[in-house]
Amino acid sequence: MSLNPTILIQNLLNGLMVGGLYALIAVGYTMVYGILRLINFAFGDVMVMGIYFAYYGATLIRLSFPLAVTVSLAGTALLGIVIDRLAYKPLRNSPRISALITAIGVSFFIESFAVVFFGPNYKPFLDALENKTIAFESFVIGNVYLPKIIFIILGITAIALFILFVIVYRTKIGMAMRAISADIPTTSLMGINVDNVIGFTFAISSALAALAGVMWALRYPSFYPYTGFVPGLKAFIAAVFGGIGSIGGAVVGGILLGVIEMMIITLFPTLMQYKDAFAFIILIVILLVKPAGLLGKRTVEKV
Amino acid sequence: MRTMKEKTRRDLTLTVLFVIFVAILLQVANVKFDSYQKQVLSLMAIYGIMAVSLNLVNGITGVFSLGHAGFILLGAYTSALLTIPPEQKAMIFIIEPAHPFIANLHTDFFTATIVAGGISALGAFIIGFPVLRLSGDYLAIASLGFSEVLRILALNLQSITNGSLGLKGIPNHTNIWWSWGWLLVTVLFIVSLVKSSYGRALLAIRENPIAAEAMGINVFKHTLLSFVISAFFAGVSGSLYAHWLTTIDPRITTFGPVLTYYVLIMVVLGGLGSVSGSIIGAILFAFLMEWLRMFEQPFTLFGRQYPAIQGMRMLVLSVLFVVTMIVWKRGLFGRAEITWDGIRKLMKKFRRSGSR
Repeated sequence: MSLNPTILIQNLLNGLMVGGLYALIAVGYTMVYGILRLINFAFGDVMVMGIYFAYYGATLIRLSFPLAVTVSLAGTALLGIVIDRLAYKPLRNSPRISALITAIGVSFFIESFAVVFFGPNYKPFLDALENKTIAFESFVIGNVYLPKIIFIILGITAIALFILFVIVYRTKIGMAMRAISADIPTTSLMGINVDNVIGFTFAISSALAALAGVMWALRYPSFYPYTGFVPGLKAFIAAVFGGIGSIGGAVVGGILLGVIEMMIITLFPTLMQYKDAFAFIILIVILLVKPAGLLGKRTVEKV
Repeated sequence: MRTMKEKTRRDLTLTVLFVIFVAILLQVANVKFDSYQKQVLSLMAIYGIMAVSLNLVNGITGVFSLGHAGFILLGAYTSALLTIPPEQKAMIFIIEPAHPFIANLHTDFFTATIVAGGISALGAFIIGFPVLRLSGDYLAIASLGFSEVLRILALNLQSITNGSLGLKGIPNHTNIWWSWGWLLVTVLFIVSLVKSSYGRALLAIRENPIAAEAMGINVFKHTLLSFVISAFFAGVSGSLYAHWLTTIDPRITTFGPVLTYYVLIMVVLGGLGSVSGSIIGAILFAFLMEWLRMFEQPFTLFGRQYPAIQGMRMLVLSVLFVVTMIVWKRGLFGRAEITWDGIRKLMKKFRRSGSR
């Protein structure tokens, strides 16, 4: 088997980029799971809503692209809060399985909502850009073509994750988030409004998912209401991979998952069509071999 | 005071009478209904089988699996490949000719359905080993993942499944008798399973797996058993479904997770853990799906004309789903079943309030 170094470098970069996007969604899963022990199935769909908001903001209302993205982030943050208040808050004290079923229901609702109001067909995201060429320009080094858009996405992902880490580890609200993920009743006894902190967590993780969605659409420009399903699931797998509940773990898990996927395809091009299947096999292996994930803490179930 | 034995015999007689009564109603429907109504009637029973089999795992054993669509897909493909005549297969496999082993397969519908169930059960047995070792949310995601993997395989194994073109021209074998007959078999099997010692063990696992393990129940073996049985009937329903649709299209919206969500809606509407609830949930779901179809054509409401709304059915059903979970929590029946005793008590209550 001859391995073309050009393709290797390109795919490695692609893997890093996709992995970074998984990471952005995965931190949302991991934060919400860390606090509520709930898989918010809807993050993949929130991501798609982010794409739709940005798309319609730029094409229908004719906002400039950065402004449309900002509006989209604000809109999805609000959407995250609304989902939590309407769907998950009433079930805080119910069995966990009810919350999980409700999360599936919410995801299904958002998908159906998008089909009804935005149409079931694929839409070209690049229509949202004034200058479409940016998506196709490349840096050329020798005979290696490196799309500029990948570097832009990598840069923005890094900045977004940095901001998230600052919020979680250097601010008061971040401290409150970490506190409630350790122990909700005690935190509320310390005078912290738990519901507000949970709402904030949903807002920030939804906005990150939307940001990931917009960048996803820049790289893979045609999107439809079910676009978020597979990335959403994979981001969850990434969160489990890194150790659910750990934000650093989600980042590492996401990037690793993206790179591993791309590397498998690079080494075995014939498996290209089965790309989406690897992540699930990785999930099973991880859960059986190291159930707490790479960076997660092992917890013992109390009887 | 009636003895237990007499009571069982009476219940049995009543059940047989009830089945005969339903059969007569179906015969009447078979004669009087037009073909569209008959189709819907068949679909109700197919959904019923899907819901009752999912309920065995999710409601009775309390293991939250989201892989049902995968087993339905497996059954659908297996049976369709067995019943499509070889000449027809040569015509649909355009991109790549069918694998010689598959190209010449041909059996009757009944055998095909049994084989479909068997293959699905085998699939569940293989998948169950890794998946059922997980718990809770992880199990849900892993089973959902496996059903997606099966769908991806179906999309790509060109010489076996005809890839993304799907299978067309499946003989239209499913009628009211096949679908309702299989529903009867499914319900009888699962109800007697629940009443057996195996079923009691499954209920114990649902209530508390650790306590069940401590009482000497092999949790893994029992959950695997319920998983495999559930998959068998999912495969059967897949076979009926394929011969009802007459085409199989491996897209995300037909045999993907959306199908699992549908079945989950039926079970949750009827009440997670109740067999009778699952059947009624399925019938209600099929009815709503057809009734809401009117919004997907231009329609008139309160004297005003509206254009067709694509996807309106899904929207309404998903809202119903979420609202059921949040407000109504237990669905129609909760974990209760319709029993003859229950009906007798209800009638007594009626009579008493009537004479007052």
